[in-house]
Amino acid sequence: MFDTILIANRGEIACRVMETAQAMGVRCVAVYSDADAGAKHVAMADAAVHIGGSAPAESYLKGDVIIQAALDSGAQAIHPGYGFLSENPDFVEAVEAAGLVFVGPSAKAIRAMGLKDAAKALMVEAGVPVVPGYHGADQDDALLAREAEKIGYPVLIKAVAGGGGKGMRLVEKAGSFQEALDSARSEAKTAFGNSDVLVEKFVTKPRHIEVQVFGDGTHAVHLFERDCSLQRRHQKVIEEAPAPGMTEAMRSAMGEAAVRAAEAIGYAGAGTVEFIVDSSGGLSADGFFFMEMNTRLQVEHPVTELVTGVDLVEWQLRVAAGEALPKQQDELTIEGHAFEARLYAEDVPKGFLPATGTLTHLSFTPQTRADSGVRAGDTISPFYDPMIAKVIVHGPTRDVALSRLRAALKGCEVGGTVTNLAFLGALAGHAGFAKGDVDTGLIARDIDALTAQPAVPGRHFALAGMAALGLLDPAAEAGFNLWRPLRRQVMLGRDGEEYLLKVRVLSEDVQLWTVGDSEVRAERIGGRWKVDGHVAPTVSVAGDVVTVFDAYGIAFDVIDPLAKAAAAHGDGNIVEAPMPGLVRAIDAEVGQRVTKGDRLAVLEAMKMEHSLLAARDGVVAEVLAQPGDQVEAGAALVRLEAEAEA
Amino acid sequence: MKLTSQALPSSDAYKANEMAHLKALSEVREAAEAAALGGGEKSRARHESRGKMLPRERVANLLDPGSPFLEIGATAAHGLYGGAAPCAGVIAGIGRVQGHEVMVVCNDATVKGGTYYPMTVKKHLRAQEIAEANHLSCIYLVDSGGANLPNQDEVFPDRDHFGAIFYNQARMSAKGIAQIAVVMGSCTAGGAYVPAMSDVTIIVKEQGTIFLAGPPLVKAATGEVVSAEDLGGGDVHTRLSGVADYLAEDDAHALALARRAVGHLNKTKPATVDWASPEEPAYDPDEMLGVVPADLRTPYDIREVIMRLVDGSRFDEFKPRFGETLVTGFAHVKGCPIGIIANNGVLFSEAAQKGAHFVELCSQRNIPLVFLQNITGFMVGRKYENEGIARHGAKMVTAVATTNVPKITMLVGGSFGAGNYGMSGRAYRPRFLWSWPNSRISVMGGAQAAGVLATVKRDAIERAGDTWTEEEETAFKQPTIDMFEEQSHPLYASARLWDDGIIDPRKSRDVLYLSLTASLNAPIEPTKFGLFRM
Repeated sequence: MFDTILIANRGEIACRVMETAQAMGVRCVAVYSDADAGAKHVAMADAAVHIGGSAPAESYLKGDVIIQAALDSGAQAIHPGYGFLSENPDFVEAVEAAGLVFVGPSAKAIRAMGLKDAAKALMVEAGVPVVPGYHGADQDDALLAREAEKIGYPVLIKAVAGGGGKGMRLVEKAGSFQEALDSARSEAKTAFGNSDVLVEKFVTKPRHIEVQVFGDGTHAVHLFERDCSLQRRHQKVIEEAPAPGMTEAMRSAMGEAAVRAAEAIGYAGAGTVEFIVDSSGGLSADGFFFMEMNTRLQVEHPVTELVTGVDLVEWQLRVAAGEALPKQQDELTIEGHAFEARLYAEDVPKGFLPATGTLTHLSFTPQTRADSGVRAGDTISPFYDPMIAKVIVHGPTRDVALSRLRAALKGCEVGGTVTNLAFLGALAGHAGFAKGDVDTGLIARDIDALTAQPAVPGRHFALAGMAALGLLDPAAEAGFNLWRPLRRQVMLGRDGEEYLLKVRVLSEDVQLWTVGDSEVRAERIGGRWKVDGHVAPTVSVAGDVVTVFDAYGIAFDVIDPLAKAAAAHGDGNIVEAPMPGLVRAIDAEVGQRVTKGDRLAVLEAMKMEHSLLAARDGVVAEVLAQPGDQVEAGAALVRLEAEAEA
Repeated sequence: MKLTSQALPSSDAYKANEMAHLKALSEVREAAEAAALGGGEKSRARHESRGKMLPRERVANLLDPGSPFLEIGATAAHGLYGGAAPCAGVIAGIGRVQGHEVMVVCNDATVKGGTYYPMTVKKHLRAQEIAEANHLSCIYLVDSGGANLPNQDEVFPDRDHFGAIFYNQARMSAKGIAQIAVVMGSCTAGGAYVPAMSDVTIIVKEQGTIFLAGPPLVKAATGEVVSAEDLGGGDVHTRLSGVADYLAEDDAHALALARRAVGHLNKTKPATVDWASPEEPAYDPDEMLGVVPADLRTPYDIREVIMRLVDGSRFDEFKPRFGETLVTGFAHVKGCPIGIIANNGVLFSEAAQKGAHFVELCSQRNIPLVFLQNITGFMVGRKYENEGIARHGAKMVTAVATTNVPKITMLVGGSFGAGNYGMSGRAYRPRFLWSWPNSRISVMGGAQAAGVLATVKRDAIERAGDTWTEEEETAFKQPTIDMFEEQSHPLYASARLWDDGIIDPRKSRDVLYLSLTASLNAPIEPTKFGLFRM
């Protein structure tokens, strides 16, 4: 076993790797960027090396700097985690050239799976099922129709040069094939100047089921499947193991196919073979198709760990150190059911915009396995993925595990930023999900119900007001008056609405709040506040945000008259960054006349590009940011001339 | 050291006392609550419809959330001007802003446009007097049309009239006592000097105005037609004239700016007394209503009051065996050391000497003095005059008049005659003077006064050889008795600001503490006593 390893990553996965490595007696070296100098993974490590600026390109993606850090710190191996350099074959080669061990597959294996078309061809050769389709150069109409028939309807006609849904047609039956083909071709010709198409099987009720494999370079075993069908815009939200409704026959068929895939490329280490599963007629052993292979440890690996009892990081280190696979296939079994929910700093009502903030408060129930790279007091910065934690639970059955997931989510307390917790809670309570009736379209179909904002009771407003005014622990003589208590106000904001609350402090222990038309009494008995007769939940204050920890955390903005007045003086001509992010492009030029709806700039945040449009016609007065700038939410990017001048 | 109560809460007397006090309290409460409403419903609705906060909400939003508010003159002008000026049209009191104790003076524009009646002026000046004596920063929430013209002769010309407001501002500013004005409405004529004389002035946009003469007067004088906003609005004064320093969007913003201004005062309290850790009294202050007789003529032990005021009900009584009708001693109120001087009967020579001695003691040690007044006066009669009770009384009055330690006076019973002087009555400038609803104040008792007048009259009649029947004498006495009864009532007294307010006896401990802690904002200067007639 290694004496020292370097973990070329940050956040929860760096912490996760260290936890196992340190338990095995392996010394861990962390690397960190400017923004991460005080991060949890740095604090956990036995040694830490600063590797550059906050932007990933200046630190966590700098392979040479990381390798040098490993050499300087006496590490024998580098664990890449996931993301960043984990699937970069050039990096793997550089690591090996430096005389170090890369904890993961060979560069060759990564390359083999890196190109999707080539990987598919390789899989077909290895007998791994892929989505049936015709990708040939012969574009004869009759041939295409015959291929469609062979594949079996419904089929999808796609432009070979396509993208963005252009030149794509869904064909339900043979009779409509020709018409669809003609229109797809003409659209493809117009859009891409190339009318060639391909025909593929259309998977009607797709599920995302993946198989965890583990290879030693020659042989591989599988650790069963995970179902990751609950996705929002291709981002996994809740994962589970095993897959609901999975049959033994299909499980072994999928497992064997995944092992074949791994062995075909001489895979070493932990990997995941992703399949798309047609669940329109229930699960069947011939209804899964290879999508791609992820040549690294997955974010959702803990659910596999909980049902198999295997520590996948331990296996990674053992195999990388040259040991044999710790278990053979027949020694692996599934025990119970596990779920993982990804808790993010996201503004759900604003379309899941990534959020930032300093976590003034962070706690989980003791029954929860919370894999997290942040602690209370840490900051969710705009530079990286805004994950707060993976909330992971296990239970003897799926029903028990699911109710534990619900309890774990209810018990999460995050203060200082908005989160997707309520959305996760709603999803965990989804009736179809509870039945195991999942597919990748579930979230999109029910997004409105899943993101509905529940009505907030007056007592939570009152409690937030108490926190906002510092009245949870009033100063001595609070509320003293000779004859008639004074009535103070506080303005709270929630979902863009402003609420004016008023309070009479009657004593250190009694307050009367007016919320809308109703009166709410807060009374402190034995040191605990009761508001409107209910024991007050925990509440946290972070700057001008108050979070009441009920219903997955209800956040209120405290509207300070000073800040409000300052904002009233804000320049209506300014185009601001709606969230922290990287300026990808600035389309506006000084002096340019723009019309309403013109794109002025593009901001990239969390893998998404946001176009910032002109809200009115006008003339660009000033460009205040450059492409490549990392900006905070609210940063001015472009200023238009004032209306009178324009 | 710990006092022991002799009270029997289950006794009829106790219950009767409680009933009587509650009745007296409810009369005051009614008056105070009516005063707190300010102007009529219509004028309050009109005020709010303009987006303005009601005056008491302005005060609340200026103060720290939950801050105590020690109101001054809560029933000022009660029964005066035909009830036209509830609370004298101005709210005054001490609260905390950013943790500092400050004096707030807030005009109530719902009361005759916030114009100054004679009692408005008196209350404003009293608030400033308290601020100056105790080094409390002043925050003026201005919304006033200036002097009440029909009463101009009682508002404008004299020493303690309108002009004194600005004189005080200048003098306090010179002493480093911050003067902050928030102009939230009109600020006309003389009133314009409140913001102009302040160290820092905030004005609300399109709401506050400051001018020496309003648009109607300007038109009359020069024919110039100008809007109030263009003449002296917030924009004008923060951009052009410099009369105000900060422009606020609305009331809430203006008050937040004032709070911020207080945050920049760089003020600390002087270390004057040795604070102990606070402790609740062993006896419940709520029992005050039962242990104090409803009838002033019923004697009781003043220690029953003391043990419900002070920490742990502990009282280090000084000279307990000498001059027993005056109780003196040391105690703490919420940790603050105090010297208590309390009446337990009529004042004799020994009691007066003891009182003077105790004042000297506290002055030497910088211990604030608390006077609990329940005094019918100094003993009269040949024996006492001959032994020089006036000389001994003068010692006590001299000591009380010249000491520089903070004095807080509470009228817990009668306050009659020269006893009022020796026990730090209003004229002796206690930092604060509070009255209980059962207290009475007059130069002597009504019956005694009527008796004196009747004796004089009877002598005259009988000298002329006429007769005066008992019935005639009773009829003669009644108007005097009635007049004294009316004029000695605390509501009558408080309406005229002879005190700083009537308080609920159960809140005496809190009032005392807040008065003390406010007083301790000012350093305690060394005392130089006047000549004691030995």
